[in-house]
Amino acid sequence: MITVKDLHKKFGDNEVLKGIDCEIQPSEVICVIGPSGSGKSTFLRCLNMLEPITSGEVIVDGYNLNDSKTDINIVRTEVGMVFQQFNLFPHKKVIENLMLAPQKVRKITDKEARERCLKLLEKVGLADKAEQYPQQLSGGQQQRVAIARALAMEPKMMLFDEPTSALDPELVGEVLEVMKQLANEGMTMFVVTHEMGFAREVGDRVLFMDEGVIVEEGDPEQLFSNPQSERTQEFLNKIL
Amino acid sequence: MIGRFNWAGIIDFLPQLFTGLYYTLLISVIGLLIGFILGAIFGLGRIAHNRIIRGISIVFIETIRGTPVLVQAIWIYYALPLIIQFELGSVTAGIIVIALNSGAYIAEIVRGAVQSIDQGQMEAGRSLGLNHGQAMRYIIWPQAFKRMIPPLGNQFIISIKDTSLLSVILVPELIFQGRLIAANHFNAVEIYTTVAVFYLAITLTLSFILQRMERRLDI
Repeated sequence: MITVKDLHKKFGDNEVLKGIDCEIQPSEVICVIGPSGSGKSTFLRCLNMLEPITSGEVIVDGYNLNDSKTDINIVRTEVGMVFQQFNLFPHKKVIENLMLAPQKVRKITDKEARERCLKLLEKVGLADKAEQYPQQLSGGQQQRVAIARALAMEPKMMLFDEPTSALDPELVGEVLEVMKQLANEGMTMFVVTHEMGFAREVGDRVLFMDEGVIVEEGDPEQLFSNPQSERTQEFLNKIL
Repeated sequence: MIGRFNWAGIIDFLPQLFTGLYYTLLISVIGLLIGFILGAIFGLGRIAHNRIIRGISIVFIETIRGTPVLVQAIWIYYALPLIIQFELGSVTAGIIVIALNSGAYIAEIVRGAVQSIDQGQMEAGRSLGLNHGQAMRYIIWPQAFKRMIPPLGNQFIISIKDTSLLSVILVPELIFQGRLIAANHFNAVEIYTTVAVFYLAITLTLSFILQRMERRLDI
């Protein structure tokens, strides 16, 4: 589904990603953990070209992102993204947030879009909020709307950039629940997270990143209970 | 010696002042309409990725902002026809002046409003597969427009008052008519007071409309 080869990313002189190799299979749930500033979010943002790649190769669903002939807008329709700050459109009602992209990009009819989006809102448990504005919702509800909005494009995979980090602790559960459900349905997921419980329970594979490289990766159970690298041990000791 | 106001007969001049009001409004409305379009174009051009578009926008904005309206009016009425070899009527010239002048200031208003929208909004739109233009049109612009309204109202009022300078290029607007009447009837004090009330009537109406619009758009 995604192949990453020797990915480098620089902001000016500052090299944030220093050679990343990674392979993601369909239906796999990858969780990325690591200290802040380790480059996990940048890595994620390179996968849908929100950050342009400095060098290396990223192939998503057969599209080479570094090829100037690739229409990035087409790739993005296949890759849903959920942001830490939700980034819902405040001037649009919840249902309109979901309907915008299917209508304008997929060009489906108003009626079809509405039906599809209402179903998705039902799925995330917010069908009754369709006609409200995002700011009338709690953080957890907003993030669930954001997930539904990404799903409205019927993407082949989903990127989650610290989806629960901006939430009050008691609202984290409802968002993770939706993500878990999605994983169980077989969605390919790439999740940057600080929720170790989620990574352990739902992740098929965990990547530990530090200073722009993947230090260690493996089965969650194994990585959490028996980390091989010293840096992984140190990190896990601090947070667990 | 201090005399007193003499309002007698002022009513006879009202038709002429209304003619002035008509031209003031005509030039303001058309000028600001074009000015808003210019402002949107150059405001977005000012933050475009393309260097040439950005360069042209900056030159336009800085040139207009850096010269007085009075000079612009005289230049467009007298100098521009020499270049384009085409005589401009004073009203046409007046509309061009207001359009260009307000356009430059509105461009900065547009730029500021667009830049004030959180970058995450554009990213969210792009991540859904919208192209830059679509994201701008459906996501950024509607939010930015709301923020433009208060400074736009300010600029509209300034531009409406700037039309008074167009009397120097013989636009038959309010001040022009007032001066004409005052010169013939020696009632400058009363006439200019009336003219001031006319301007106030326009600007207060505009303020009122804008206030209601702001309230309605405030979700």
